[in-house]
Amino acid sequence: MATGPALNIHIADKRFAAAAPALFADLRLDIVPASTVALVGPSGVGKSSLLRLIAGIDHQFAGSITIDGVAAHAAPPPGFVFQDPRLLPWLSALDNIRAVRPGCTLAEAQAALARVGLGDVGAAYPHQLSGGMQRRVALARALSVNARLLLLDEPFVSLDRPLVAEMHHLFASILTETQPTVVFVSHLADDAARLADRVILLDQRPARIIADLTLPVPRADRDAATIAAYRQRIETGLAPQG
Amino acid sequence: MEGFQQIGERDTGAARGGGLLELASIPLLLLVWQGLAMLLAQRLFPTPIMVAAQIWDFATTGRLFADLGKTLLRASIAFVLAMLIGTAIGIVLGRVRWLDRLFSGWLLVGLNLPAIVVAIVLYIWLGLTETALILAVTLNKIPLVAATIREGVRSFAPDLDELGAVFRLTRRRRLRLILLPQLTPFVLAAARTGLSLIWKIVLVFEVLGSDGGIGYRIAIMFQFFNIAGILAYTASFILVVLAFEYGILRPLERRILRWRPVRP
Repeated sequence: MATGPALNIHIADKRFAAAAPALFADLRLDIVPASTVALVGPSGVGKSSLLRLIAGIDHQFAGSITIDGVAAHAAPPPGFVFQDPRLLPWLSALDNIRAVRPGCTLAEAQAALARVGLGDVGAAYPHQLSGGMQRRVALARALSVNARLLLLDEPFVSLDRPLVAEMHHLFASILTETQPTVVFVSHLADDAARLADRVILLDQRPARIIADLTLPVPRADRDAATIAAYRQRIETGLAPQG
Repeated sequence: MEGFQQIGERDTGAARGGGLLELASIPLLLLVWQGLAMLLAQRLFPTPIMVAAQIWDFATTGRLFADLGKTLLRASIAFVLAMLIGTAIGIVLGRVRWLDRLFSGWLLVGLNLPAIVVAIVLYIWLGLTETALILAVTLNKIPLVAATIREGVRSFAPDLDELGAVFRLTRRRRLRLILLPQLTPFVLAAARTGLSLIWKIVLVFEVLGSDGGIGYRIAIMFQFFNIAGILAYTASFILVVLAFEYGILRPLERRILRWRPVRP
C-alpha cells in the first residue's frame, strides 16, 4: 500500500458567519507524507474545525487545503474518527463498519473489529455497547476504509487507562504497518508524546501556531523517560507565557 | 464481555410482561361491556355475546363480507394515496425551509378543515361517486401525514449527514443508510394514526352517501334503531383493524425498529 499523502494547508480566513470573529487567519501548515501530527491546544481553539476542513466536509473558507495536490473535498475519503463515536444506531457494529465502505465483506468488517479487540460483538447494536466500546468500533470503522490519511478527533478520550495503553500500542502498530499520514487532535500531552512525530500547539483566536515541535525519537524506541520529556516539552509549550 | 449487553436479553423479558398485559386488554374491555350491559339490561345496550351472534348471522346470511370488502378497499386506496403524497410533501417541507414557510399555512388549514366539509364539497362537485369519496378521505388524511413526516425530517441528526459526507457516501447510500432509517419511525407513526383516522372518515362518508360499505349499512340500521346490528358491523370492522395492527403493523414495526433500546 502507498504511504500517506502530503498535506498543504493555508487558511487565509475562516469564520462561521460574516460578522463572527475569525477562527483562523493566515494559518499555514505543511505536513510531510506518512507523518503523525498531533494538534494540541486549549478547548475551543479550533482543533476539531481544522480537522473538518482537512476532511473536506467544510469548504466555507478562504484559502486552500490540498492532499497530494488535490483539493481536500475532492480527495479520497479519509479514515475519520469523530469526537463522539457517531455510530448509526440502527446498524450492528459490523454493519456500521460495512456502511462506510461499499463492497466491504463481513469477513473484512469482522477482522476490523477483531483488530480493536471487539471480535465478539459484531452483532450488537450501538446502544448495547459501552461508550469505550463504541469508540473502538468508530476507530475500527475509520481503519476499515484503508485510507492513506487518518484524521482522528480525540480518539482515546473516555477510554480507561489500560485500554488507552492497549489502543496506543494498536495504533502505533498500524502506523508502522501502513504508514498513513495522520493528523490527530488531543487535549492530552501524553497521547501526543507517545504517538506523534510532530506536535502543533495552537492557541488564541484566530488560532495561531504557538509551537511546532518535532519529536525525533522513533515511536517504537521511546522509553518512559523520553515520553516524559516530550510530555514536559508539550506542556511547557502550552503553558501561558509570563 | 463487560459493557456488552446480550442482544435480546432485556428485550425479551420486558416484551413478555408487556405482551401479557396487552393480551388481557381486549378481553378486559369485553368484560366491562358485558358487565355494563347486564347491569343496565336494556334492549338498546346489547351484550357482546348478542353482538357476536349478530355478526355470525350477518356473516352467514347477510352482506357483511361484501360491505366489509367495499369499505376496506376504499380505506386501503385512500391510505396508500395519503401516505405516498403526504410523505412526499412532508419530506419537501422538512428539507426546504422557504417552501415550508410558504406552505405551512396551507398545512394548518388542511389539518383543521372539518372532514365533513371536504366530503360535502367533493360530493357536490363530483357527485356521489367512488372517486369523490376516496378523494375526500385522501385529502383529509394528507395534512396529518405531511405534518408528521415534516417533523421527522426536521429531527434528522446533522451529525449523521456529516458522517455521510466525510466518508464520501453516495447520495443513494446516504438515503438508504442514514436518511430512511431516521424517517421510518415517523412513517410508522403516520401509518398508525392515519389508518385509525381513515377508516373512521370512510364510514362517515359512506353514511353521507354511497352504494354500500359498513357506513352505508350502519345508516340503514340506524333508521330501524337496530343497535345490535350497528355494533355488529362496527365490531367486525374493528376486528379487521386489530388484525392489521397485530398481524402486520406491529410485527413490521418490531422488525424494523429492533435496534431501538427497550424502555424499562
